[in-house]
Amino acid sequence: MSDQDRLNRFLSTDPRDVGCDEAMAVLHIYVDLTVDGVDASERYPGVAAHLLACGPCADDFAGLLAAVAGD
Amino acid sequence: MECARPTERELDAESADWLRRLSAGGRLHRHEAEGELHARLVRIALAEVRRRSAGTPVGGPELDDLAHQAAADAMLAILAKLAGFRGESRFMTWAYRFVMLEVSSKLGRHYWRDPPVALDAGQWERLPDRLGIDPQQHAESAAILAEVRRVVDDELTAHQRRVFTAIVVDQIPLDALAARLGLQRNAIYKVVFDARRKIRRALAANGYLDEPGLERR
Repeated sequence: MSDQDRLNRFLSTDPRDVGCDEAMAVLHIYVDLTVDGVDASERYPGVAAHLLACGPCADDFAGLLAAVAGD
Repeated sequence: MECARPTERELDAESADWLRRLSAGGRLHRHEAEGELHARLVRIALAEVRRRSAGTPVGGPELDDLAHQAAADAMLAILAKLAGFRGESRFMTWAYRFVMLEVSSKLGRHYWRDPPVALDAGQWERLPDRLGIDPQQHAESAAILAEVRRVVDDELTAHQRRVFTAIVVDQIPLDALAARLGLQRNAIYKVVFDARRKIRRALAANGYLDEPGLERR
């Protein structure tokens, strides 16, 4: 990957990205769909885009998924 | 930014049972259910802070205390919002979400007890490493980084500049910055999102980036 590609990736933003508030509002639904084997990103593409871009929300998603899976 | 809309779902038996017990008229039965729920929240909070322990300066007994506080605050939030649970997910998934939010928020606040980097440090010399770029080897990369710095200095608002520098350049955790500035996570995220778009537009307009599109899909 060239330096320009790295910068491009670093500066990229996805217009589908719903932001933290919207993503957190449906995180429990998103996690249950994932646990049930449903493609949650298809139903909530804006949430999927956000989880790819936002480290803290992705961490909450990973934690909730681990909590539910280990329950 | 788009909106995420929840979907309806039939309430499962276990979720219905939790709702019934936590809303029960008898104080003794409700108290018993609350005790069970609290124990589960504590277990989940302890597991979660341990899962995140590598990424936080908080450790030892303080981390366990934080987990117990997170579980207690999650419990309060759950009971306060119980009537708002619409069965769009399993009850316990909905409840555990409050634990995650509390753990994130509390870790953000605790960050400032012994921060590895001060607010407004502005460690621009570390940005190439953070991006995996070696400006010593490529004059073009050095020029692009200099332009990023110029755009940040000249074209971002003071608030955007401060937040962008803290998050991207100094790598202060987003929840820590939110706690320090008294803002919500989403407010910080949106500032960085907008700053990235603004910087990218400027770089494209000045010929530093080839792609004409401002955003990827």
